[in-house]
Amino acid sequence: MNELLHQTLSGLATGGIYASVALALVMIYQATHDINFAQGEMAMFSTFVAWMLLQLGWSYWAAFAATVVLSFVVAAAIEWAVIRPMHNAPELSVVVVFIGLLVIFHSLAGWLFGYTIKQFPSPFAADAWYGSELMSAHEVGAIFVALIMVALLFSFFRLTPLGLAMRAAAQNATSSRLVGISVGRMLMLGWGLAGAIGAVAGMMVAPVVYLDPNMMTGVLLYAFAGALIGGIDNPVGAVLGGFIVGVLENLLGTFVVGTELKLSVALVLIVGVLIVRPSGLLGKKIVTRV
Amino acid sequence: MTSRATDSISRAMWLSMAALLVLAVGLTFIAKGYQLFQATMVVAYAIALLGLNMLTGYNGQISLGHGAFFAMGAYTTGILMEHADMAYWATVPTAGVVCLCIGYLFGRPALKLEGLYLALATFALAVAMPQLLKYKHLEAWTGGVQGIVLMKPDAPWGLPLNQDQWVYLFSLAVAVVMFWIAHNLLQSGTGRAMRAIRDHGMAAEAMGVDTRHYKSMSFGVSAAFTGVGGALSAIAVQFVSPDSFTLFLSISLLVGIVVGGVGTLWGALYGAVFIMFVPNLAEKVSKAAPWAVYGVVLILLMFAMPGGVVGLMRKIQSTWAARSPR
Repeated sequence: MNELLHQTLSGLATGGIYASVALALVMIYQATHDINFAQGEMAMFSTFVAWMLLQLGWSYWAAFAATVVLSFVVAAAIEWAVIRPMHNAPELSVVVVFIGLLVIFHSLAGWLFGYTIKQFPSPFAADAWYGSELMSAHEVGAIFVALIMVALLFSFFRLTPLGLAMRAAAQNATSSRLVGISVGRMLMLGWGLAGAIGAVAGMMVAPVVYLDPNMMTGVLLYAFAGALIGGIDNPVGAVLGGFIVGVLENLLGTFVVGTELKLSVALVLIVGVLIVRPSGLLGKKIVTRV
Repeated sequence: MTSRATDSISRAMWLSMAALLVLAVGLTFIAKGYQLFQATMVVAYAIALLGLNMLTGYNGQISLGHGAFFAMGAYTTGILMEHADMAYWATVPTAGVVCLCIGYLFGRPALKLEGLYLALATFALAVAMPQLLKYKHLEAWTGGVQGIVLMKPDAPWGLPLNQDQWVYLFSLAVAVVMFWIAHNLLQSGTGRAMRAIRDHGMAAEAMGVDTRHYKSMSFGVSAAFTGVGGALSAIAVQFVSPDSFTLFLSISLLVGIVVGGVGTLWGALYGAVFIMFVPNLAEKVSKAAPWAVYGVVLILLMFAMPGGVVGLMRKIQSTWAARSPR
């Protein structure tokens, strides 16, 4: 029983990370209806930048803040330089551009920082009061960071004029332009936010899975699954989906099939859920006019 | 366009096809060893891309998991040659039939999934495949992590060809048959139904197209083509192992059809050349970060020709035709 509880809770911790990446995916999906396949690799690259700053002797939080800002800028620049010229291209060509970005970041990280596995520190002290036998301090911390990000984003979109403008630009670009919203700038902002969220997720997951260029491949897959399970057009759903996938993965891996097949089984289950509820748990049912 | 113009276009097409075939057959006697192997792989990839293009380009269903069907085709050949002593040439159609059935069965539940959701489901298939091939209860058949080593076939009827030349010619013959089948299928009512579903599913259904049937059938046929490509690749490489069929293969196949041209027959050929040679070229440019070079090439290509090679050629052709009115 204790084991079950332990596995569920540590599943929640990894779920928090999937939830953060899923949130980044939803950000970009809402604005452009594209899935950014390079999201995971961008987050991995950001984490490497943080690692480099730490090696240079920066304090953790300074490196953290600098990385988040830098990731924001880089992601916004990518939107401007690479994605915007493709806005009239067929959907599949855009997917291929994302694949191109994925291999570029992967290869650059390996080239600049090496393929050896590195340790990445956790900002949460191992003996902090909120750690316990069931959950380490880092796991609790990671969940809180994920929840704080959701809360911040939620209030940003609901309560600020800028958030409102972003939602408007995503929903109806033409009308937004007519009322004076710069849609291009909103898309850049969306990409920047997604890049920053990804960076935070990367820095939260690195202490657990260790830092190397392959770190985010599995995470992106689970985040994608989480976003789809919760409903790709719904940030709250994406977070919920991320947590569900994390717990499911952990429990199945420990009690049912063993670690060898856990990825396959988790994915099969996810596909099963989608067959029953094609638009996700909290997703809107798409009604098309004929 | 008058029927005369159509005739002359199709005659030009037939001529260029004949020229291409002569060139391809001629390659047997010019290219050597490793080059012939590469040419054989291009042919195998072209058949696989043709399959994926039928599903994604002509029927509008995105698959990120066709590497799994490529693996199934390769393993069908491997297992039949190793455990059933089947002749290599007989395993190729068998691989096609096996993949047709599995593809159809996968396509049936996948009917409910569209767009990105289908992409995820097929993605799951691609991720699961290497793990399943390594699974210990299947090891007796698949050889587990070690895989299966195959024999290269000799040329039959005492033809004066070495093994590489024969495998290449054999693959070429299979490719010609597969392109012919694909061409006829896409020209027929079935092909029109497939395209109608891609362009407007609901309207197609209202016109009496059995969407469910055609969609799962497209999945099956597409898987069959990809499986045949996989079978040929297994014969050429003489080895199948789980780690040859990673997610990366599936992604490469998708890249191949987009670079070649989505929804075109010939795009498969250009795409196959791309996925075979560009990674090697990238390595020549930069040893340290070859994939960064590959990624940059990919993005620049998409900037220059969002419709792929065939899209670009059509554009050039139409501007040329507009400039010189007859």
